[in-house]
Amino acid sequence: MTLAATHPPSAPAILPSSGGMRGALADLFWRRPRFLLVLMLAPPLLWLGIVYIGSLIALLMQSFFSIDEFSGLIDRHVTLKTYGDLFQAANLDIIIRTVVMAALVTLASVAVAFPIAYYAARYARGRWKALFYLAVMLPLWSSYLVKVYAWKLILAKEGILTWLLARLHLGWLLDGWLALPYVGGSSLSVSATGTFIAFVYVWLPFMILPVQAALERVPNNLVEASSDLGASPGQTFRTVLFPLALPGIVAGSIFTFSLTLGDYIIPQIIGTSRLFIGMAVYAQQGTAGNIPLAAAFTVVPIVIMGFYLWGAKRMGAFDAL
Amino acid sequence: MTAAVSFRQVSRHFGAVRAVDALDLDIAPGEFFAMLGPSGSGKTTCLRLIAGFEQPTAGAISIFGERAEGVPPYRRNVNTVFQDYALFPHLNVLDNVAYGLMVKGTAKAERYRSAEEALALVRLPGYGARRPGQLSGGQRQRVALARALVNQPKVLLLDEPLGALDLKLREDMQEELKSLQKALGITFVFVTHDQGEALSMADRVAVFNEGRIMQVGAPQDIYQKPATRFVADFVGSSNVLPPDFVQRWSGQRRWGSLRPEAIRVNRGDAKGSEGVAARLVGTNYLGATTRLALDADGLRLHAVVPAGSALPEEGEQVVLSFNRESLHLMEEGA
Repeated sequence: MTLAATHPPSAPAILPSSGGMRGALADLFWRRPRFLLVLMLAPPLLWLGIVYIGSLIALLMQSFFSIDEFSGLIDRHVTLKTYGDLFQAANLDIIIRTVVMAALVTLASVAVAFPIAYYAARYARGRWKALFYLAVMLPLWSSYLVKVYAWKLILAKEGILTWLLARLHLGWLLDGWLALPYVGGSSLSVSATGTFIAFVYVWLPFMILPVQAALERVPNNLVEASSDLGASPGQTFRTVLFPLALPGIVAGSIFTFSLTLGDYIIPQIIGTSRLFIGMAVYAQQGTAGNIPLAAAFTVVPIVIMGFYLWGAKRMGAFDAL
Repeated sequence: MTAAVSFRQVSRHFGAVRAVDALDLDIAPGEFFAMLGPSGSGKTTCLRLIAGFEQPTAGAISIFGERAEGVPPYRRNVNTVFQDYALFPHLNVLDNVAYGLMVKGTAKAERYRSAEEALALVRLPGYGARRPGQLSGGQRQRVALARALVNQPKVLLLDEPLGALDLKLREDMQEELKSLQKALGITFVFVTHDQGEALSMADRVAVFNEGRIMQVGAPQDIYQKPATRFVADFVGSSNVLPPDFVQRWSGQRRWGSLRPEAIRVNRGDAKGSEGVAARLVGTNYLGATTRLALDADGLRLHAVVPAGSALPEEGEQVVLSFNRESLHLMEEGA
């Protein structure tokens, strides 16, 4: 037997411990896997618990205080007055503008991301797939501010977009659009349309990747089965692909929606001077010194996201998970 | 009579790979037809050509006399039971079964009634509200069958439908599929790599190898009269005998085949008696029978003897004998 040559009969059935601290520790971890788990999870949990949840609770508490309008000092008595202030016309206007923008950005992201994600999940292989990941991730590697300023240049009156549309004899289309209320302005870079375009561009990768992951998990034979059972490509999309990609779309929309709700830099650089929630928070906690109102404003996106997820779950968006 | 499915010189090439190569095939209406072959032999590609998932590189395919090249799957009155069932995970069982009727625009009440009937047909009545994930493998298989049958297809395609089931369930499903096919009279085309399955269920079997059909015929013909070495080897694990050996027994210099159950094994040596001297090199206990591995002067042979017969020891010299008529001469020459 050749096996006997490698295993002398004198070999013990049980090997001795490798000895020392490391050996003892390895044996201990093997016998008590929970101990290792606690050791690994404790630092991040402490960080999350104290720094993150702690500051969130501090913020929530602040929102129940109010500001003395004469002295500008914080009145540390629990009250709902600050929340009442949110419903003043000017503040409500900010909330509605932000939510509408976030919703539109999310819808546009889905529309743009889906075909790209579909291609990447179903057709791209090997080198093309690598190229897809690179193309989607590359914008995330460069500075956010650089990208926003780049868009300001693209969208400016003297920018390439205006020039291109003029060359295509479509300048009238742009002018007509800019003359519209709400979405218009003197140029794209100072219009709500410009803010919208920059938002869609900046958050797009956060929509593409989850949708692509969801589509990748849809086995090809489900698409074939649908076709086999007589469904046209459009019916297959509506009844099989879209419902199965929905968890990915919801995951992506959580990013695009909540990131738009909280952002305060893009609307500051590109767009009208009308405030968004993030800008209001920034202004209230800074120059205005109204920490309670700033805190109340930050609670708004949290509540909206809570309702959003609850609604998505009720609509069955997570059933296919 | 028009064939249910007819292939004329059909090829499907993937680059340099000839998955299906210049194939001619006729499947009769109402037939239970099996496509048997090892993996990569082109049988599944053939099925996908009928379903419309693949388009032929060359040749003509007709389904009940109508040309099918370039026709998308959703315009073919042909349904498939997929290998891993491909049930829609986001729909319950009833909606899965009713899917084909739903996309055709059948009214809700009517399609649910038909779906319930189809579920009753596969002996799963009342399972409509469950999700596919809550069913066992055998139940999913039945749902996939009901989902295809509810559309009353002209041809039902089954792609290794029993492959994922355990042995007992597989045997039950074999009987059930066979009786279902008889009752419904629908043409069944069945792909499998399991020769036992193909032989026991099909009216006719096509044996595939390397994109071509090696032999088409009734199970008995395929099993007892294999045309080539490949068929003899793949179906029924027959002993393939080289021309030299065959010449000694039949006078003709051709490849031959001998079924293992046709060989009788006797103790002793061949001196004086008419037989083949061999040495027993291994025994496999199979329950009802025992399979013996024999070495006849370098030629490896297998014999199957009923359980309970007295067996020689391993390494012992034995004499093999068989009736001349059980030695089958293959078409393949030396």
